[in-house]
Amino acid sequence: MHQVEIATTRETLLDSPEMVLNMGPQHPSTHGVLRVVLRLDGETVIDLDCDIGYLHRGMEKIAENRQYPMIAPYWDRLDYIAAVSNGLVWVETVEQMMRLEVPPRAHYIRTILTELNRISSHLLWLATHALDIGAVTILLWALREREEVLKIFERQFGARLTCHAWRIGGMPSDAYEGFSADVNRFVNNFPKRIDEYETVLSENRIWLGRTVGIGVISAEDAVAIGLSGPALRGSGVAWDIRKARPYAAYADVDFDVPVGENGDTYDRYLVRLEEMRQSRRIVQQALEKMPDGPVNAKTPKIIKPPPGEYYHSIEGPKGEIGGRHA
Amino acid sequence: MPLVNVPKPTFSQKLKRFFLVDLMKGLGLTLKYNLGAITDRDAVAGHGIYTEQYPKVRPDVAPRFHGAPRLNMDPETHDTLCIACNLCALACPEDCIDVIAMDIEITVAGKPRKKKVLDEFIFDTSRCMFCALCQEACPTACLELTQDFELATYSRAGFVWNREMLEQGRETVKYES
Repeated sequence: MHQVEIATTRETLLDSPEMVLNMGPQHPSTHGVLRVVLRLDGETVIDLDCDIGYLHRGMEKIAENRQYPMIAPYWDRLDYIAAVSNGLVWVETVEQMMRLEVPPRAHYIRTILTELNRISSHLLWLATHALDIGAVTILLWALREREEVLKIFERQFGARLTCHAWRIGGMPSDAYEGFSADVNRFVNNFPKRIDEYETVLSENRIWLGRTVGIGVISAEDAVAIGLSGPALRGSGVAWDIRKARPYAAYADVDFDVPVGENGDTYDRYLVRLEEMRQSRRIVQQALEKMPDGPVNAKTPKIIKPPPGEYYHSIEGPKGEIGGRHA
Repeated sequence: MPLVNVPKPTFSQKLKRFFLVDLMKGLGLTLKYNLGAITDRDAVAGHGIYTEQYPKVRPDVAPRFHGAPRLNMDPETHDTLCIACNLCALACPEDCIDVIAMDIEITVAGKPRKKKVLDEFIFDTSRCMFCALCQEACPTACLELTQDFELATYSRAGFVWNREMLEQGRETVKYES
């Protein structure tokens, strides 16, 4: 990325109303570790320069020294808000390399739980985004709904965040007793909750003032810089891997891909809210269609895929996430 | 920087804006929650208090929860179920399990034989990420991750659990109100 110009001479320093502010890498308002060099005119950000790389944890090197089933828990930690989706990338990559036929029931349970994970990830986004720009109420409400999703994860996987959700060839265990009832209760209550968020936010003048027209990314720019997920769709590009290259049971469920018009923060907010509604629809349909049967394919004891280069990607809550095996 | 065309507000929109309708809608909803927190303390109708009262009330974690490790024993003979096969140590991605076996002399049908039995079992909970791969690898359902989730200790050495701790469980100080 380009460098932020820093005024150095006495004249430019004194005459210019601009100020360069170094934010991060450890800053309470940045979620995650990121250094941002900001050029400010009063409270308006004119230019910024992102310095990434502080979160390098050497995952690739760790993966080099592990067997295939052992790498799965590390995938959860790449993005612990979306651990279920992340885990799915890895197991699906290995399954495709080994040409394992996963039973349909496992596909449906994977679809349900990854969509619930999308909802929980979007809820955390909504909660913290609203908190950052001044609406504290939404934080408490969104985390309340997220808690219900995390309870389902805990009952199913035994952990709330870093679930280690899937195994190569299927699942560690079948859906727990009461899974359908829990998911159904969440699915039935959730639309009312999204409407509540909309009541508080969507027309609120403070919210509008802080999101409409802010951070506009045009469709061409979004494609050029390689955005994906809701950020890309907010700019009006209808690209969704769930539709383009269906994995798990997405080919069997009906859902829409919401897109924005202007590509500003408000559009991305609307896209994410609509995505939560669509995810709820997917969960509902998948739960109705979920077949009985085994949840594990016939997997060899020693998992050793043939050598070669493979790439498989899925639509994670924050965009495309892919697993590459070289 | 590309800009966004915001359509001009109509008269009714202006009127609503003047009378703070957008803010009042949100405030009305939050007021409903505030009243709900008084009348509906256990969140039955969905407007009450959701906070968990830990440590006063310990939460019930799910049966599948991955918490503190435990070495199960035979409920009748109180012998360990562990056969020192080392599969858990091999399955662990973080290499935090050490199984130390020893050979003992036994007599099977009058003939002396050697048998491998468990001597010591070291489980480093500070490096464990509770992925439960060891539990799945165990052929005798001996190593199990339990529902116990309070693992804090005062020293780094306290995270390393030995066989006695794994079999008997660790004593934790319970909160008294």
